[in-house]
Amino acid sequence: MRLPKITFWKTLFVIILGFGAYATYLRFFKGLGASTNLSDAMPWGLWVGFDCLGGIMLTAGGFTLMATVYVFNLEKFRSIARPALLTAFLGYLLEIGAVMFDLGRPYRIWHPLVMWNPRSPMFIVGWCVMLYSGIMALEFAPTVLEKLRLVKPQTIEKPLRFVRALQAPLVILGVVVAIVHQSALGTFYVLVPGKLHPLWYSSLLPVLFFVSSVAAGIAMTLFESGMSSRHFEHALEKPLIDALGRVLLIALVVYGVLRLQDLTRLGAWPQALHLTNVAGLFWLEIAMSIAIPIALLSFKAVRENPQRLYVVAIVTVLGFVVNRLNIAVTGMEQWAGVTYVPKWSEVSVTLMMISIGIMLFGLAVKYLPVFTHEPSLRGA
Amino acid sequence: MSKAILYDATLCIGCLQCEEGCAKQNKLRYDEGVAAEKKTSDHKFTYVAVKPNDKFMRRLCMHCVDPTCVSACPVGALKKTANGPVVYEEDRCMGCRYCMVACPFGIPKYEWSKALPGVRKCILCPDRKDTACAEACPTGATISGERDTLLAEAHKRLSENPSAYVNHIYGETEVGGTSVLQLSSIPFSEFGLPSNLGTKPLPYLTADVIHQIPRVATVGWAMLGGIWWITNRRNHVASNESDKTNEAKKEE
Repeated sequence: MRLPKITFWKTLFVIILGFGAYATYLRFFKGLGASTNLSDAMPWGLWVGFDCLGGIMLTAGGFTLMATVYVFNLEKFRSIARPALLTAFLGYLLEIGAVMFDLGRPYRIWHPLVMWNPRSPMFIVGWCVMLYSGIMALEFAPTVLEKLRLVKPQTIEKPLRFVRALQAPLVILGVVVAIVHQSALGTFYVLVPGKLHPLWYSSLLPVLFFVSSVAAGIAMTLFESGMSSRHFEHALEKPLIDALGRVLLIALVVYGVLRLQDLTRLGAWPQALHLTNVAGLFWLEIAMSIAIPIALLSFKAVRENPQRLYVVAIVTVLGFVVNRLNIAVTGMEQWAGVTYVPKWSEVSVTLMMISIGIMLFGLAVKYLPVFTHEPSLRGA
Repeated sequence: MSKAILYDATLCIGCLQCEEGCAKQNKLRYDEGVAAEKKTSDHKFTYVAVKPNDKFMRRLCMHCVDPTCVSACPVGALKKTANGPVVYEEDRCMGCRYCMVACPFGIPKYEWSKALPGVRKCILCPDRKDTACAEACPTGATISGERDTLLAEAHKRLSENPSAYVNHIYGETEVGGTSVLQLSSIPFSEFGLPSNLGTKPLPYLTADVIHQIPRVATVGWAMLGGIWWITNRRNHVASNESDKTNEAKKEE
């Protein structure tokens, strides 16, 4: 018997899963009090801020690229649409997993289906998660069926042709649901004008969440394609990467203008000049999600170099994650009057979710035609 | 009818009988340790805040006329009943805790130590005529009754004895009005009651956004459908054209 090769990444993966398993035990047998640093003053923490707000934001490459390819028919982007869709689909599945940790009574997660309160942004979010996960399952079906067709060509041909014919209507349906979902996450905080810090509170939060998700989603797509070319041996064609770099720059500029103008409109700038942690984290966010990536991407030498673009993508993704954590944690701490730092078990669960995501992405890329469209054409 | 509470801090002697009466009514433990806790929690739904010179202020769920928590709850576990109380149906609650994030007064509390937790807060004794805290109060600082009657009484006290009070009935207009009305001789903000709430109910903030969804969705679907039709048509025409030119080339 051949033993699997032990590498740094595999060892890290096993360690993370080990801690994650113990944290999972704590969460479900000892409760939220024992497994988190959440409190009455800070009822939402890392799991909402990173796993839910951040996680869903990073899936936005899925609807952006599916729309680009299937609605706008921009063929150039076709080879990146499937990896982006896969990320989005896995992102939603993992978010549902993370919500199961965060909900006090996870076995009632289906309640919004039958107990309605359409006035609640949380109700809208619940429905969007369920609808869009279903739509994405169908959008991803051709990728699975193309693989199965290699085994059973006759039985698979018909259902494959059926879901393929459905693709464009599904994408059109899904894009709108996804946009409503992204903005509804921002709508959560529209309800708390007195609680969320003025550097983040705005009636425009729904729009800011949507626009930033597009930018973060494209950055995430670039990051993944960079990672895939390093670890899964699937490099994208250079013209495509160049184009994505340009699109990212445009999305960042649109977001940057919106965000900075909004701060001016609300007269929030003086708040940013205090020498506090809050102001520090605000500037870190602005630097990483707006200033640094826009400055770097305006150089052709950065935009057209896959290595440098990969670094910019990482900075951008992290910058927008800081934005979501600032809204969920930093911006709520002042009203709460407490400082929240996640417990090791909260961090472990989040790391476990990320690791499972990377593992599932790797497996899907290995066994399914994700990066190669139409495997049948390659004579399999 | 609409049940409400009027709390007049100038009559309060800080005896904590309201806390004890509340604990008894809700079958919660009450001893010296709990009496010393100066915050609401999953085991204490009201407390008396104390400031120097025997200044007191009761804190409890305000039972807003249009409650933020009720609009936030995705499953309708929190409800404003027709006769005043904001009540909680634990069987519906999935534990998302958005009510806690949403409440401008920071009132709903969670059972963090339980494996199967729920939200706890004052529910204004919906099954009693007078609330347990009002019944327990020996000085009449807390009384319960009709909101309109109590509001009129509060205005009467303010006009009859203006020097004894700050000229404000907390809860008359805050976030559209609350079913708990409070009078005090020192500013309410000193007890941590927010002073920047405005007079409009907060739920309209999110309701305005949510009302846009049907329109955004319809316009979105129509636009994407239209673009899809156009780009498809363009491809179709392009491929037809190239077929024609190919055929023409062959004929040559």
